Amino acid sequence: MSSNSNRAAEDTGADGQVKALQVLRRGAAMSTRLRRGLPLIAAVGLFAAVGRLIVPVLVQLVLDHGVLGADGYRPGVVWTLSGLALGLVLVVAAASRFALIRLVTLAESVMLDLRVRAFEHIHRLSLADHSESRRGVLVSRVTSDIEAMAMFMQWGAMSWTINPVLILATLAVMAVYSWQLTLMVTALHLLLAPFLHWIQRRQIAAHGLVRDRVADTLGHATEAVSGAAVIRAYGYDAAVRRRLDTAVDEQYRAQLSAFKWWAMMLPAVDLVSAAALAASIVVGVAWGEELGVGAGALVAFVFLVRLLIRPISELGEVFDTTQSALAAWWKVLGILDAPVEVVEPSAETAEELPSGPLGIEARAVDFAYRAPVPVLRGVNVSIPPGASVAIVGETGSGKTTFARLLARLADPATGEIVIGGASLANVSPQSRRRSIRLVPQDGFLFAATIEDNIRFGRPGATAADAQAAIDELGLRGWLETLPSGIRTPVGQRGGRLSVGERQLVALARAQVADPGLLILDEATSAVDPKTEEALAAAITRLAQGRTTVSVAHRLSTAERADLVLVFDDGRIIEQGTHHQLLSAGGSYAKLHRRWVSNTRTAADRAR
Amino acid sequence: MRSVRAHPLQHLLAMIGALGFVAATVAIAWALGWITDNVILANPSERGSPTLAALWVIGISLVSGISVLARRLFLSMAELRTQRDWRRGLLHRYLDVPMDFHRRRDPGELLAHVDSDVNTATTVLKPLAFAVSVVVLVLVTMVALFAAHPLLALIAAVVFPALALISRVYTRRVEAPSAEVQRRVGEVTEVAHESFDGAVVVKTLGREPFEVERMRAASRRLSDERIRVGRMRAAFEPAIDALPTVGAVALLLVGAWLVGRGQATPGDLVLAATLFSLLAVPLFIVGFFLEELPRSVVSLDRVDRVLDEPVAASPSTSRSLPADGPLDLAIEDLAVGYGTRRVLDGVTLRVRAGERVALVGATGSGKSTLLETVMGLNEASHGAIRLSGVDLGSIHPDELHQAAALVFQEAFLFADSVAENVDLRSSGAPVVSGAPVAAAAPRRDVAAALDTAAASDFVARLPDGDLTVVGERGLTLSGGQRQRVALARALVRDPRLLLLDDATSAIDPVVEARILDRIGSSLDTTMLMVAQRISVIELADRVAYLAGGRIVATGSHAELLQRDDYRSLITAYEQAAVP
Repeated sequence: MSSNSNRAAEDTGADGQVKALQVLRRGAAMSTRLRRGLPLIAAVGLFAAVGRLIVPVLVQLVLDHGVLGADGYRPGVVWTLSGLALGLVLVVAAASRFALIRLVTLAESVMLDLRVRAFEHIHRLSLADHSESRRGVLVSRVTSDIEAMAMFMQWGAMSWTINPVLILATLAVMAVYSWQLTLMVTALHLLLAPFLHWIQRRQIAAHGLVRDRVADTLGHATEAVSGAAVIRAYGYDAAVRRRLDTAVDEQYRAQLSAFKWWAMMLPAVDLVSAAALAASIVVGVAWGEELGVGAGALVAFVFLVRLLIRPISELGEVFDTTQSALAAWWKVLGILDAPVEVVEPSAETAEELPSGPLGIEARAVDFAYRAPVPVLRGVNVSIPPGASVAIVGETGSGKTTFARLLARLADPATGEIVIGGASLANVSPQSRRRSIRLVPQDGFLFAATIEDNIRFGRPGATAADAQAAIDELGLRGWLETLPSGIRTPVGQRGGRLSVGERQLVALARAQVADPGLLILDEATSAVDPKTEEALAAAITRLAQGRTTVSVAHRLSTAERADLVLVFDDGRIIEQGTHHQLLSAGGSYAKLHRRWVSNTRTAADRAR
Repeated sequence: MRSVRAHPLQHLLAMIGALGFVAATVAIAWALGWITDNVILANPSERGSPTLAALWVIGISLVSGISVLARRLFLSMAELRTQRDWRRGLLHRYLDVPMDFHRRRDPGELLAHVDSDVNTATTVLKPLAFAVSVVVLVLVTMVALFAAHPLLALIAAVVFPALALISRVYTRRVEAPSAEVQRRVGEVTEVAHESFDGAVVVKTLGREPFEVERMRAASRRLSDERIRVGRMRAAFEPAIDALPTVGAVALLLVGAWLVGRGQATPGDLVLAATLFSLLAVPLFIVGFFLEELPRSVVSLDRVDRVLDEPVAASPSTSRSLPADGPLDLAIEDLAVGYGTRRVLDGVTLRVRAGERVALVGATGSGKSTLLETVMGLNEASHGAIRLSGVDLGSIHPDELHQAAALVFQEAFLFADSVAENVDLRSSGAPVVSGAPVAAAAPRRDVAAALDTAAASDFVARLPDGDLTVVGERGLTLSGGQRQRVALARALVRDPRLLLLDDATSAIDPVVEARILDRIGSSLDTTMLMVAQRISVIELADRVAYLAGGRIVATGSHAELLQRDDYRSLITAYEQAAVP
């Protein structure tokens, strides 16, 4: 949100309000419930305002009619008035209780709805939006941003509901006593507006600085914690210590200056209020009769002026949360506006993939993540059904991205991918998920048992299917080493299993789907020998009778493949069989020579 | 309270500000009452000057404003200074504790101590002075009311305790559900994190509807809990709002009767009503103070537990290493454990001066632990490590850092320039006593080290060369590039014992071989290196095979291949070769 969107409590500057109104209008348009709740919100404000105005009005009435009137003390009048006031207090309390509950329920249902919608929308976004660096942002859209709104609902929203009504109502009651005095008091208070506006600008800047400084401190603290081993091994603590001290000091200074502005707010309101009070007394006493303000009325008026302090300063104090809630709301609305690029075909036009191994045709495929640098440029390749293909290349050459496009995790920027004779964009999502299966290298698992995770591989898969997949891939032996076998819970993200074991489950999950096209992203990290063996065997069995595309990190995978694609800087620079490429003497040959000289020599010689 | 002791001046000034506020508040209520009687309601002949009254009002407000300003400012200062001190204390402690502490603790938790725990621990400080002033205000009000008429004081004596009681009950009732809300927020965050982390799998399996349901369920639980808290608020807040009003009505009723009988003045009535309206909010804040107290204590306790951690011991006696040349490393019957788990159990290994030994072992066999222990990062529970005959425990840390260098597999880079990451000293002037500390390495040495680590080429291509900022907030380097910078960090120190913990695993094998060759030719050093690649293993003079917490065999690679377990390990490495 831009800095001109600061909306001061008293400020009605056009630029500030438009932005806030813009957010509100967009927000209200999105939620019918919110629209229907508006009268409710107004009612809550009105009740609270009435509740706070009872006493001063009662003071006036009692003084003028019950004590100081022509007839002196009139118990009947006093009792009646007090009784009425008491009844009103109770009605207001009951009504605000009811309205508050409704308001909380309303706010919560709006936020629940917004959160789930944002979450759903994010999952619908193309993988191009899901890059590593963006993930934190996506998470905060459905967590901290919504929480900022919840925070506001808890403290700020009530303030914005009650206080403007209260100010207006107070002014209205004051105007009944004397519109001239009210005008004067209003004018004096308006003097506050530019001052508060100025303070709030400072506050926004100061809070921005504080956020930066806090991030700075945490950044350095992270280094002190994550780099603990390096710091100790290299005796680097003195420098780190100094940096930490500086960061903590800077944070202190930034926070103190932010608090300075906060500290000034209330006294300013207080002073203006005192000035208004003093002016009312002077003017009221001197010209009371000309203005038609009786003594009792003046007492009540003075009381009412005092009553303005609280709502004004409360609005000033909730400004912070208001600002961040509006900004957060804007961001959440923004993510809901992000276009869903991977649009599924309609049920009528959707095509089904044939069963059995699938051929692949990539035509002039370009792709970029949310950055100007393209990841794939003009990729053309034709893969016959049943082939096993190895994709090799340096990190960042685009090989993983290409594999992901084959599973339509994102659509090419330009160009087309045809699988099994159908344009991938026209294939129905059910058919695509059944026939094309990508096994990512991190082997992400859901927090459930191994059996459940395997069954997730195909809708309707039974426990027997899961067991069959395990047997078909020869994983029974591995499973028996686990405490609860196939019923072993894997923990969040599969964290209770090793990387290699997670991949084993992911392979079994692919096996139950029986896909015609299998896309494997081999694990780069070293796994222990036993799991490595199990993985190799499982992959071989899984690949049988399917088209297989492997993002290869293992030499042996490329050697065995029917077709090797060499990626470099987003392009396929060489393709052919292992032997063809080897004899061509290009970059694959060079790559292979390195592998051989550095991995094979020793063991070969020993054999 | 400790904060008060550490920053007495700020707290005192804040307290004076708070009391000034009380005085001004009472004064203004009293002045309004006086003005009502003597200015507004009096006969014109006896009337006091309205201008004077106005000046009084403004004067008192000025006092009130200044005292509020003082209270807020000095309290903030006290609170923030306390935060600053605790933050600094925690962070220093993180640097001073033994490495084992960091292994035991979750980094996120340690960061939370520095951030939210310190904040929560000091939350109570802010309303502290205010709460005290409110209590004083209540007492003063009682006295003022009593002076006006005992009956008025009686009403206050009923209303104030009732108000305090209600807010106390409210804050206590709301405490558990509030904590539950926090827990639910955490749950929602966890679901979002996990779900977006697995976006690839969620998409391929078409599990979006399930994930959305999971999120909806977690959000609903959070929502329900918030509504529960909201219902409590709805039950108590109107009551808390209404009670002073009811009190004020009662006050008027009695007051009017008293005025009618001539036992009180209308001014007394105004004074009483003003004080009542003023006290409603402050009393609520006292309730808040009471509510925050237990949470703050819990946070403070967490902070304290870290501050009480014992600091890593410095050697009691300090012996110097021989002047020059590569060091001889002798490990005898070494045992190291984390908690109850023994990682190393009787390791005996000798690496002679200038020798290059490859350390081979399965994942989790304790290779890293062994290297870290040699570098003094772990406490050995048994056995001895000697460098050229000098016991490791008696070597001053600074001297050890000079003589030996350990390069980790996870190449950690600081958010700083490449040059500083290699040098690790240009901005860190040595503060340590006694031991010899080398001056900052000149840029030339940094360049030479980068060159040996085969990093000069890519560093030269960075936007600002070796002054380019890397790490978390700088340019992201690839794994291999990071490892090369980390390697240069060790080389620039000309170590006499070089410990490599799979430090070249992400580097292209050809480049790796070149680097190791260059190290061998340019550096007169003893090397102990954890190796996974055959090419690296072959470079070594000797291989030490670590299994079951001890060195089970040493010898040439060819000799060790006779062992079945060793051979199967090597075959697995071969399979996993990375281009």
